[in-house]
Amino acid sequence: MKRKIVKNLAFLTVALSVVLAGCGANNTTSGDPAPAPSNTGTNTTTGSGGATDGDEIKVGILHSLSGTMAISEVSVKDAEMMAIEEINANGGVLGKQLVPVVEDGASDWPTFAEKARKLISEDQVATVFGGWTSSSRKAMLPVFEELNGLLWYPVQYEGLESSPNIFYTGATTNQQIVPAVSWLLENRGTKFFLLGSDYVFPQTANKIIKEQLNAEGGELVGEEYTPLGHTDYSTLIAKIQQAKPEVIFNTLNGDSNVAFFKQLKDAGISADDITVLSVSVAEEEIRGIGVDVLEGHLAAWNYYQTTDTPENKTFVENYKAAYGDDRVTADPIEAGYDAVYLWAAAVEKAGTTDVDAVKEAAKGLEWDAPGGKITIDGDNQHIYKTVRIGEVQSDGQFQELWNSGEPVKPDPYLETYEWASSLSSSK
Amino acid sequence: MQLRTLTPQKIYILIGYAVAATALFCAPMVLSDFRLNLLAKFLAFAIVALGLDLIWGYTGILSLGHGVFFGLGAYAMGMYLKLEASGGRLPDFMDWSGLSALPWFWKPFESFPFAIAMGILIPALLALILGFFTFRNRIRGVYFTILTQALVIITVTLFIGQQKFTGGTNGLTGFTTVLGHSIGSPDTKRMLYWVTAIVLIAAFVLCRFLVKSRFGKVLRAIRDGENRARFIGYNPAVYQMIAFAISAGLAGVAGMLFVLHVGIISPSTMAIVPSIEMVLWVAIGGRGTLIGAALGAVLLNYAKSAFSESYPDAWLFFLGALFVIVVVFLPKGAVGLFRKWKLPKRRRTEHEQQVGHSTV
Repeated sequence: MKRKIVKNLAFLTVALSVVLAGCGANNTTSGDPAPAPSNTGTNTTTGSGGATDGDEIKVGILHSLSGTMAISEVSVKDAEMMAIEEINANGGVLGKQLVPVVEDGASDWPTFAEKARKLISEDQVATVFGGWTSSSRKAMLPVFEELNGLLWYPVQYEGLESSPNIFYTGATTNQQIVPAVSWLLENRGTKFFLLGSDYVFPQTANKIIKEQLNAEGGELVGEEYTPLGHTDYSTLIAKIQQAKPEVIFNTLNGDSNVAFFKQLKDAGISADDITVLSVSVAEEEIRGIGVDVLEGHLAAWNYYQTTDTPENKTFVENYKAAYGDDRVTADPIEAGYDAVYLWAAAVEKAGTTDVDAVKEAAKGLEWDAPGGKITIDGDNQHIYKTVRIGEVQSDGQFQELWNSGEPVKPDPYLETYEWASSLSSSK
Repeated sequence: MQLRTLTPQKIYILIGYAVAATALFCAPMVLSDFRLNLLAKFLAFAIVALGLDLIWGYTGILSLGHGVFFGLGAYAMGMYLKLEASGGRLPDFMDWSGLSALPWFWKPFESFPFAIAMGILIPALLALILGFFTFRNRIRGVYFTILTQALVIITVTLFIGQQKFTGGTNGLTGFTTVLGHSIGSPDTKRMLYWVTAIVLIAAFVLCRFLVKSRFGKVLRAIRDGENRARFIGYNPAVYQMIAFAISAGLAGVAGMLFVLHVGIISPSTMAIVPSIEMVLWVAIGGRGTLIGAALGAVLLNYAKSAFSESYPDAWLFFLGALFVIVVVFLPKGAVGLFRKWKLPKRRRTEHEQQVGHSTV
């Protein structure tokens, strides 16, 4: 008898969860045009049929909220949500409130493609803010091109891409890597050691760096790749000691950085001996890696929490007020925040959320971002950004050593660089 | 199935099949393009589940490496699609990685029939080779399972490392057309759904035929007592190898369909977690029953999609709870529940007894 009760209970639970799932699914598929405010957690999906029906505009947010990338992407999601709330508090866009539809990419590339398709064709969002890894962007790209959606991608990346359906608010190579290499050659030495995780961004970045070193009188003394998540760097550090570089250009990603910097310090190599410049270590990563091993090393970005603009002061204050004093802002977080404002400005200018009209209106659009003035380049849908090289301080923040003075024109295919002619053949 | 023993129970089952088939064929009329595309993906997963059930549920060999076979099939199709999308030029990732000419083993994948043949043959052959070295040496049980995990790690590392040939972690994506039809158009998607539904039914019929045949009886004999089967005069290794190869071939077919529906294949899809997930579909749907395996794949993936859409911050908890509930309270899977529900008076069937005996 007891067995039977347990069985019935189990069946009931399964049935309940299926119903639960069904309710959620119905909620997003029904074509009910009434602006029903059903706020369940962060997923404030309502039943409105189109993106601009009623007094609200639906926008998609698609980041990894679970899996290995969640640690980075949740912060970007937070910044985008904050921008949406700020815009709503100021009267919304075209007099309508923005309603975010949040989806979880789960650090899995096919899931990104699936959710992107869902956001565009089921929820009919006006635009999507999302992605972090290049792999996730490459997975979403065909979906956005096929359904003529609009994606705002907030992270620095390896360039050599320019989709008509994507706005790239992070840096491309000529706004981060190329100026960083030039600066290092002038200020820190000519003997370079390239170290990266074994995937597309480090490999493409290093291919560019090698061409640039050739052209600008640098010398390559070593190039090594380790698998993502690799944590034993003793052999590699021995190789570095043998090669005697003056600069290590670090494109490692994620956990590997923790192991690498710790073991580098254990081997007695400090920032005074060899400069390590990283392109994937920002304020948030410093907290994870530990200031003690990073102090004195460099990074190249377009924004630091310490960047001195009035806009940034407000931005950092608001971010901390919303999500806690211990949180920090960083380049991709700022780029995600910018993306929402740029899109909103483009929609206001276009007077509609229609993708083609918004793209047209976005050309040449300017905005005073926390990281300084940014402008959308209409030709490739990248952003003019100021390049900044910073040094890690003992409080876990960056001190800016150099900046480009004015925003740099984005050049994803490096067409204006003579030495890069062999790289841009794929356009 | 023999008509002379058409008991009421069998009539129920027949009605069940009819309902399932009708549902499959009516789906395009009811569902939106997006939902139909999702369903098509789930049906592709159901094909893997059928193959997995064949060797786990019926032969008693647990493979945690079916992601590899699935992935190999998917890559075969992906290579064809990538070449068609590149239109005679070098695929974009090869260009970035410094290749100047198409590698020799990519060339034949310009042909669609070749890609399909390879999508089935490569996984099947790999399974046959792995089986040859393990089953013949009487490596089984947990040792075999660990080997399949090793196979996953080796393959994934290889695919990530050989970026210039495989696209690295990004995998293959950016497809445009299949056989000249735009891969994104609703018409093509509907067509692909039909193809998947038909392939699923064909796979089901094939598996059912195998299971009911003398071959299937030997498989079950091996599962329940490998030494006994050997002493009767059967060579279990041969049967295990063939079952494993068929299972891998089915996973390859599913992988090819998956790529057509989803438009991307990357090493993460064939890694350890997806491989274990595949086993979960079978376990939760009902091991040792073909319909259970297929249903498990469809229902669990549906639950995963629905939960993550409704509760993007907490969906993993719901999914985890569902797993725990089914594993703790329904050791025979969802199908076991239906049997208990419908036929409480009947004594355990011969079939269920066999499932109960089976080893991991």
